[in-house]
Amino acid sequence: MESNQAKHGLVGPNDPIQRTQYPYVTGTSVVALKYKDGILMAADMGGSYGSTLRYKGVERMKPIGKHSLLGASGEISDFQEILRYLDELILYDNMWDDGNSLGPKELHSYLTRVMYNRRNKFDPLWNSLVLGGVKNGQKYLGMVSMIGVNFEDDHVATGFGNHLARPILRDEWHENLSYEDGVKLLEKCMRVLLYRDRSAVNKLQIAKITEEGVTISQPYSLKTFWGFSAFENPTVGAEGSW
Amino acid sequence: MANSAIDVPPRGGFSFDLCRRNEMLTKKGVNPPSFRKTGTTIVGLIFQDGVILGADTRATEGPIVCDKNCEKIHYMAPNIYCCGAGTAADTEAVTDMVSSQLQLHRYHTGRESRVVTALTLLKKHLFNYQGYVQAALVLGGVDCTGPHLHTIYPHGSTDTLPFATMGSGSLAAMAIFESKYKEGLTRDEGIQLVVEAICSGIFNDLGSGSNVDVCVITKGHKEYLRNHLLPNPRTFVSSKGYSFAKKTEVLLTKITPLKEKVEVIEGGDAMEE
Amino acid sequence: MTKQHANWSPYDNNGGSCVAIAGADYCVIAADTRMSTGYSILTRDYSKICKLADKCVMASSGFQADVKALQKLLAARHLIYQHQHNKQMSCPAMAQLLSNTLYYKRFFPYYSFNVVGGLDNEGKGCVYTYDAVGSYERVGYSSQGSGSTLIMPFLDNQLKSPSPLLLPAQDAVTPLSEAEAVDLVKTCFASATERDIYTGDKLEIVVLNKDGICREYMELRKD
Repeated sequence: MESNQAKHGLVGPNDPIQRTQYPYVTGTSVVALKYKDGILMAADMGGSYGSTLRYKGVERMKPIGKHSLLGASGEISDFQEILRYLDELILYDNMWDDGNSLGPKELHSYLTRVMYNRRNKFDPLWNSLVLGGVKNGQKYLGMVSMIGVNFEDDHVATGFGNHLARPILRDEWHENLSYEDGVKLLEKCMRVLLYRDRSAVNKLQIAKITEEGVTISQPYSLKTFWGFSAFENPTVGAEGSW
Repeated sequence: MANSAIDVPPRGGFSFDLCRRNEMLTKKGVNPPSFRKTGTTIVGLIFQDGVILGADTRATEGPIVCDKNCEKIHYMAPNIYCCGAGTAADTEAVTDMVSSQLQLHRYHTGRESRVVTALTLLKKHLFNYQGYVQAALVLGGVDCTGPHLHTIYPHGSTDTLPFATMGSGSLAAMAIFESKYKEGLTRDEGIQLVVEAICSGIFNDLGSGSNVDVCVITKGHKEYLRNHLLPNPRTFVSSKGYSFAKKTEVLLTKITPLKEKVEVIEGGDAMEE
Repeated sequence: MTKQHANWSPYDNNGGSCVAIAGADYCVIAADTRMSTGYSILTRDYSKICKLADKCVMASSGFQADVKALQKLLAARHLIYQHQHNKQMSCPAMAQLLSNTLYYKRFFPYYSFNVVGGLDNEGKGCVYTYDAVGSYERVGYSSQGSGSTLIMPFLDNQLKSPSPLLLPAQDAVTPLSEAEAVDLVKTCFASATERDIYTGDKLEIVVLNKDGICREYMELRKD
């Protein structure tokens, strides 16, 4: 009977428990920054199945409660599970009906505990999360990794973004970025990621959160340039070699 | 019959027995000594009249900085330079070796070396060693066919590019190039961009650090700007300074002369033939 | 699909160095503010120093998520202590609590390297140094973290304390004045930053003395 179950791909009572050992469908980098009135966040819409681009319309940024915005890279199904946890959390918080609501700081703290507890069970949620928000005029931007490492900063980026986008952000970010300049800066980062991250796709969304609430843009593409003359005929640069 | 295998003439190619032995030893827990690695940012770009190369100056051994101001832009020929990342010994050996071959070739032909020649010699060597010679290079120079910029990977593959980065800081530097490079840069714009890219590697990548070296190569002329920028001075020096007590005591000052050498007396049996 | 991430690890090393020096009536605790993973910097401004009680401060490097869990646990335990005893925990008591807390996870350790600094019941400076599983010792000065191999020999040279085996036991506190100790800490970090790639960005110094607690910052190399 037990072996029969195993044959059907089910876990029998004596089989070892299976946990997420590696991700299936993944999203790549999320980039976010503080600007004058709140937080801006960008993520593309690709869902990779290994190195196959499997899905092209995955929304990886979602509003949470009244004051927060969550972006995720990594396993998409785990992200959707986290969204379910948060939905429940927000619902129960709302049922107190005491006029209080969870802010970005509280949600970030909650997420750090969720991620850390799952790593303690050796059953990680395979995500890097970015949490941005504004509450009572306070801007908040933080990150949590798969194993629970967490911090706040003026700008953050997950995955490849930490290597390719943050150098640009560290050079060009400043406290008083206007909305237009913030978007320009994010687009610059996303363009570099598009050029250099193989799992990035040219279909992205930019999300904004201010005291007024969240707005997530419609998907759009970036203008790219591939016309360097050296790209036209690369062998001409090394004639005589192979 | 049985020893016919011994009589087979040796086949060509390299023997990688030692590499396999080393892997086996590592698996068994016998680790080889660590080497000095140049966890590095190296870059190069083509501007309107030539090529500019750039490098940081940090050399590391694991988490420790073992040279704060090393040189990573190596001389290949008067008109060709090469930046190296990877194991320091390999990058130096491979560039020195090819540079000497180029010199001999120049003596023989009496003409300026070409960048493709250097490229071919380097990639041939690296390909032969199947990636065990850990050198990742950015090769740049100007010859009679114009300016050239190439990257060479440790396994011997090469690439011809308008701008290139290598080493652990390559992504940080590439972020700058991808967002700011355009064709037909002037000399000053080119140097400025190279410096920015190297600084990006220095400040964002822990394997890279200290100062910026730049090398500008144009037709018939080159300029090696060693320590073009020094963006990382020490941040604190104590006003008083420190004294380090000399605690090793001298126990005796009297020198005892060694015993006289005893002469061996010749004689006895003569050695066997 | 290939198993791209078959080697998942529950630990990471986020780098950083910590130093603490005890004096006759003060204690200096310092740590850099860089947090990194692998060869990249996560943030340049993350405080590794945590106030555990009025006269007790902990500086920790290692795996940030474990450090944070440890800090939260100690804070909760300290709150319970305050409710039960209506006073702040003393530094030696907190030091023992930390040791017990670390050993409690002996077979799935907190990957954190701590130094605790504070003032004991007589107002004398005290420093406790730990390993990841709770072995600890009261000393006159100590260093932990990625730069400790560079800093410790320098402290040994400058502050050589009497052997703990001496009878009768001698005071381990350093003879330096408070200002001299702060200067020494700054030198330690400026030097460690020169040669340790995981140490840098900014130095946070906390000084505890009879007047209370005060913080000070100094810039370090950012490369």
